[in-house]
Amino acid sequence: MANTRSTTLDAPWQSPEEEPIVRIENLVKNFGSVYAVDDISLSIHRGEFFSLLGASGCGKTTLLRMLAGFETPSSGRIYIDGQDVTHVPPYERPVNMMFQSYALFPHMSVEDNIAFGLKQEGMPKAERAERVAEMMELVQIERFAKRKPHQLSGGQRQRVALARALAKHPKILLLDEPLGALDKKLREKTQFELVNIQERLGITFIVVTHDQEEAMTMSSRIALMHEGRLEQVDTPRHMYEFPSTRYAASFIGSVNLFHGYVARQQDDKLWIQSDDTGAELLVRHSQPLPTGAEVSVAIRPEKIRLIDQPTGSENEVQGVIKEIAYLGDVSIYHVDLPTGKRIQFTQPNIQALAEQPLTWEQSVTLSWLPNSCGVLTE
Amino acid sequence: MKLLQRPVVTGRALIIGVPWLWLSIFFLLPFLFVLKISISEPILAQPPYMDLLREFSDGLMTIKINLGNYLLLLEDPLYFNALLGSIEVAALSTLFCVLLGYPMAYAIARAPDHMRLPLLMLIILPFWTSFLIRVYAWIGILKNNGLLNQALMWLGIIDSPLEILHTPVAVYIGIVYSYLPFFVLPLYATLVRMDLTLLEAAADLGCRPWKQFVLVTLPLSLPGLMAGAMLVFIPVMGEFVIPDLLGGPNTLMIGKLMWTEFFSNKDWPLASALAAILLIVLIIPFVIMRHYEQRNEEANS
Repeated sequence: MANTRSTTLDAPWQSPEEEPIVRIENLVKNFGSVYAVDDISLSIHRGEFFSLLGASGCGKTTLLRMLAGFETPSSGRIYIDGQDVTHVPPYERPVNMMFQSYALFPHMSVEDNIAFGLKQEGMPKAERAERVAEMMELVQIERFAKRKPHQLSGGQRQRVALARALAKHPKILLLDEPLGALDKKLREKTQFELVNIQERLGITFIVVTHDQEEAMTMSSRIALMHEGRLEQVDTPRHMYEFPSTRYAASFIGSVNLFHGYVARQQDDKLWIQSDDTGAELLVRHSQPLPTGAEVSVAIRPEKIRLIDQPTGSENEVQGVIKEIAYLGDVSIYHVDLPTGKRIQFTQPNIQALAEQPLTWEQSVTLSWLPNSCGVLTE
Repeated sequence: MKLLQRPVVTGRALIIGVPWLWLSIFFLLPFLFVLKISISEPILAQPPYMDLLREFSDGLMTIKINLGNYLLLLEDPLYFNALLGSIEVAALSTLFCVLLGYPMAYAIARAPDHMRLPLLMLIILPFWTSFLIRVYAWIGILKNNGLLNQALMWLGIIDSPLEILHTPVAVYIGIVYSYLPFFVLPLYATLVRMDLTLLEAAADLGCRPWKQFVLVTLPLSLPGLMAGAMLVFIPVMGEFVIPDLLGGPNTLMIGKLMWTEFFSNKDWPLASALAAILLIVLIIPFVIMRHYEQRNEEANS
């Protein structure tokens, strides 16, 4: 889950005085009684690489299509760069879209596809040729200028689609599953390229994706959507480390959730009586919670440590290994606790051949730090 | 490898061979007969032409080839004018079919899913009645005291009946009516397959709906449009029944002329020569159609 963005990246969403490039207010889109987008309000700032993440049918594509102008909102407003575009047709919006299917014009060459939008806005021929050449260089497809889309590979088509959508220098580029049709290796390579292009041009990118890894790698911020609503809007790191809901915690990465009730709280220490572990869990949590409140404790598999002997301190559980998945870099172990709860933890495979590898039916003691886990109330 | 491939090749040959055989027996062979008759001399006999092979005597075989029929076709302006007349009628009818049929095909292709089949059925429905009966029905509609004139007079639009039957207008009405489905169906097939995201892409890049149509839909439907146009143009070139029933005495078309030469004048060789020339002329639009069909296949691959 490496984030390719530079750490010095400024965070425009933290400066409230700046006018966001996209402002969505109470947006609703319903098809009869089905609400594809259900009361979403969201601000996206200039130069962001913003991801709309969610499972299929969560409404992310509908939201993107409303930004492009292909769907009319049932209610609510969309502002782009301060201008109300809610009822502006797509051909008059300062945005361009890269389609999931690429939607390249099959009867036009690569060049003509890229020049298409520029021709529509009446750009002079010489300037147009220059811009097209610039775009082809940007995505490295100069060699295929005269080819038709059906003579290109999937990866090349993807580049043409990107160049075509960028050619008009839109204020916002909308990308619908831009890497969805590529194979894994190419997808990983292209992720970095997309980020580089976005940083070079400074255009705001809004990406729809169902792939959480892709969203984590590329985005400045992620909006996680679930059943037409925003589950959480955050930076990739915050989204992963501090999910605000159970859904967010389990959608991004893997997580162990322990069900329980607040036992007591002292300063930032919170004790939770969990029926899943049969013991009290200690979590660092500064917001006050009422005693007896129903909560979940979330702990990521990689933050669970294997220890030799039980020490009797907090957050220790014992169990038996039931399943092992060897992934090469890490192994995932599924452990059954005495209460019947199954949890998972991962171990990096540091040695090529461990002398005493963990094996099935082995009893283990697991432990984690109070500040490695989070409390979820929703 | 070779052993493995052998039965496959024979299977292919068999499958390709059947249509080849069919076309050879029922198309190529009859055409060769026609070609043979077209270069023979007309006589008063049954059949009314002289065999090419004659005077087999003293071990000498004489073949007489008569190019007089073709020369006559070139010399007498009647035939050239008939050919022009046919081209004119075919071209104009095709144009009318395009103007009328494109909106129809477009509307059906873009209709909601559950409406498409009923609408297509309406296009195909006339085929359930004999072609000849449908043309005769037009006589009843178009004649001076026919349905159309009665309706127009009853509505008070006209005072005296319009003279439509036995004029070129009646021929065009009959031809466009009869051939319209042949234009609509291939065009519909092309339009319905079109990826509608392409229109969204065009809109996204700044095209208003009309330009989306001109720059995307129209060029992409060209293969279907050309296939449909040729399916109208080619048979209308040789059309005989419609001009004969609905047209007047001055409707000059090559099909009608051929019929006259064959049945009235009993000049089989001349009629055959006409048929041969018509076929050669029709190769041109046929090549155009093949070109667009190939483009269509390419685009779909």
